[in-house]
Amino acid sequence: MNKNLRWRVVVILAVIALSVWAFYPPGQKISLGLDLKGGVHLVLRVQTDDALKLETETTVERLRDTLTRGSVAFTKLEALDSTSFIVEGIQDDQGFRTAAVEPDAVFNRASGAGRYTYTMRPNIAQQLRSEAVTQALQTIERRVNELGVAEPIVARQGGVDQILVQLPGVSDVQRAKDIIRSTALLELKFVEQGPFSSEDDARKAYNNTLPPDMLIVPGSADGGAAAGAPATMYYVVRRASVVTGRDLRNARPTLDENNLPAVGFSLNQDGARKFGTATEQNIGRQLAIILDNRVFSAPVVQSRISDEGRISGAFTQQEAQDLSLVLRSGALPASLTYLEERTVGPSLGADSIRSGVMASIGGMVLVLIFMLFYYRLAGLNALTSIVVNLLILLGMMAYIGAVMTLPGFAGFILTIGIGVDSNVLIFERIKEELAAAKSVKAAIAAGFDRVWWTIVDTHIASLIAAAFLFQFGTGPIRGFATTLAIGLAANVFTAIFVSRTMFEIVLTRRRAATMSI
Amino acid sequence: MRILTDVNIDWLRWRWHSLALSWLIILSGLGLIIARGMPLGIDFTGGTALVVQFETDVPLEQVRSAIEALPGEEVVQQFDDPSKRQVLVRLAQVETSEDGTSLERGSLQVAEALQRAGLPKFEIISRDLVGAVIGDDLQRKGIYATLASLVGIMAYISFRFRFSFGIGAMVASIHDVLITLSLLTFFGYELSLNVVAAILTLVGYGVNDQIVIFDRVRENLRAHRNEPMNVVINKSVNQTLPRTVITAGTTALAVLSLYLFGGVVLEPFAFAMLVGVITSTYSTVFIASAVAVLLSPQQRNAGVVQARGAAGKPGGKPSRRAKAS
Repeated sequence: MNKNLRWRVVVILAVIALSVWAFYPPGQKISLGLDLKGGVHLVLRVQTDDALKLETETTVERLRDTLTRGSVAFTKLEALDSTSFIVEGIQDDQGFRTAAVEPDAVFNRASGAGRYTYTMRPNIAQQLRSEAVTQALQTIERRVNELGVAEPIVARQGGVDQILVQLPGVSDVQRAKDIIRSTALLELKFVEQGPFSSEDDARKAYNNTLPPDMLIVPGSADGGAAAGAPATMYYVVRRASVVTGRDLRNARPTLDENNLPAVGFSLNQDGARKFGTATEQNIGRQLAIILDNRVFSAPVVQSRISDEGRISGAFTQQEAQDLSLVLRSGALPASLTYLEERTVGPSLGADSIRSGVMASIGGMVLVLIFMLFYYRLAGLNALTSIVVNLLILLGMMAYIGAVMTLPGFAGFILTIGIGVDSNVLIFERIKEELAAAKSVKAAIAAGFDRVWWTIVDTHIASLIAAAFLFQFGTGPIRGFATTLAIGLAANVFTAIFVSRTMFEIVLTRRRAATMSI
Repeated sequence: MRILTDVNIDWLRWRWHSLALSWLIILSGLGLIIARGMPLGIDFTGGTALVVQFETDVPLEQVRSAIEALPGEEVVQQFDDPSKRQVLVRLAQVETSEDGTSLERGSLQVAEALQRAGLPKFEIISRDLVGAVIGDDLQRKGIYATLASLVGIMAYISFRFRFSFGIGAMVASIHDVLITLSLLTFFGYELSLNVVAAILTLVGYGVNDQIVIFDRVRENLRAHRNEPMNVVINKSVNQTLPRTVITAGTTALAVLSLYLFGGVVLEPFAFAMLVGVITSTYSTVFIASAVAVLLSPQQRNAGVVQARGAAGKPGGKPSRRAKAS
């Protein structure tokens, strides 16, 4: 063996050793996709309109405040849709404009006789939407992490407002879905009047014209949103919140005074200061604890409270736990809808693994038997390069953390097919060269040299297809594309480098005049 | 051992016959698609697909009658081996509204209906719910991906070889895709994500065959500058025939194993691949080369012995690169 050849053998052995080291033991190093392990794949849409609506409504409320305080008269001020609002009946145009500077940063203003229409600037709307998705993504990530799922995936997908969530091995899919989706908007507001037994009654208490700074919120008379609770009651509360979920520092399951599961929360410094002042000034009044627009309880403020509070409402232990989880992870900036759900039970996954492995082994055995039969000793060569190819494929997959999916098994089989193709291409060429009465050594050299660019071209063409496949696909299809792409790359190495080295080793051993091919 | 050596078939002579055959298959396939509609899976239409595992044997008829009353079209099929007692239930998308509950509605309705019908205990072991938005999205993406990879591969072949070969490869690939779609429709498989993956893969695979032959054509054009294009192409197809047959055979073997042992989920994928492997071998020999001949300048002068070959012409740059290797 000459020095050059020896180096090549070292390189090959090193690659094999590295690959095996990368994926051994395969049970730990190669992660299985949802279709094999079982679990749930979800695609959600963030209703980004919600975020715009919130911004518009907040602006309207602030403007109302400003105008009232500045004694600027107007007859009507209301949101038209999620991105625009209107002010009507302005007498003092100059006074209005000096007072209402705040909306101008976010809204474009169009004027008419005594009225102004505000429309959100498109670039700001765009930015708000994008922020809402990012915020939702982070919130979902926190919630999923707290769920304690191993190797979850939370990522943006496809359209700008879509989020992909993959939870491998989750058994209670419904619970996971509920936790991810719950808005968890916590608001603490003072009760003005109530509870009333119907919305109409509540309105009647204000002669059917509810003051603009008040709000009717449904809830239960005495906490208890669960079954068996009294009928829905209606509270009239202040529109402005004392504190919201943003002011939370922590939330955890606890027990209330009746020893029933409840959720205790504590406020951060800023929240505690606001809360302390507000409760001090409103001792004796009811404070509504509102979660996702529903009053859970409305306890009477007994004394100044600074940073601790409790939400009780006929929870089960599990509900209390889940509620503290979503409160801790923060509110979602917008509501979510599910666009896609794919759930695979673990038993089906196990079945798939069995058939996938069977098919891969079956395919490999069939092909290799043919190769050994047709190419004799050279077939052994092909066998080696295919086995090395599969080892590298496994090693690379473990290294980059690619996921094994059922279509991934198909990728393995196709890799075998491509590996065989390269070998056939080379062997047939060598045969042709031998038939043209070249020496064994020259025939091998010519075979490999002539075929090199063909193999490069075919592989690049297949890689182009694999790249688009990856781009297009979701979960399992991506697994297939990844497997295929790695297999293609590994194949260039094994079919050319490994196979040629083996031929040349045999050549140095004996000065062969014929070869078994 | 060698097979198929020194064959001397005039492949191009058969090009009109093969073209007729291909058109026959494609047109009847398209006719079927127009008549029946391309059967799209829920990946593309949106809808609900459940695999229900029963504890004891249940005739499919009973399952069918249990859910018959549900709105929309229902499909009830044996899933996998009958001994596993798994039944696939599929509902078309009825609701267009897409809030969280309506996505689940079909699934809940099925579970409820099965319970009400007093069937044995069951468990839903797999549940696919696809909203219409996602379905449309995937449909569009699938078409884009197929077109983009066709164009990408054509561009690459045009760059490495010559434009006429690129066009030949693209026509052959489109042919393969259409034939595969026709046969899928004919055998009642529906188009799912996996099947589209198979189609994209076979586009890449078919191009392998074409590149091998085009490569040989280029080599022969350089070696035999005096021969007209059609002679060179015939010779090249004949010379690479053993490789073409063996590769197609071994790949078909591997894919056959996938078809037989790969399980229900992979079966449509394997079927599409199997059809694709056979079709693409055929189309490389008959379609790609025929188109390449048609578009090659030499063909215009067929019969006239050309003094100057094509090696130095349009594909000049890549040829030099190949020589340098």
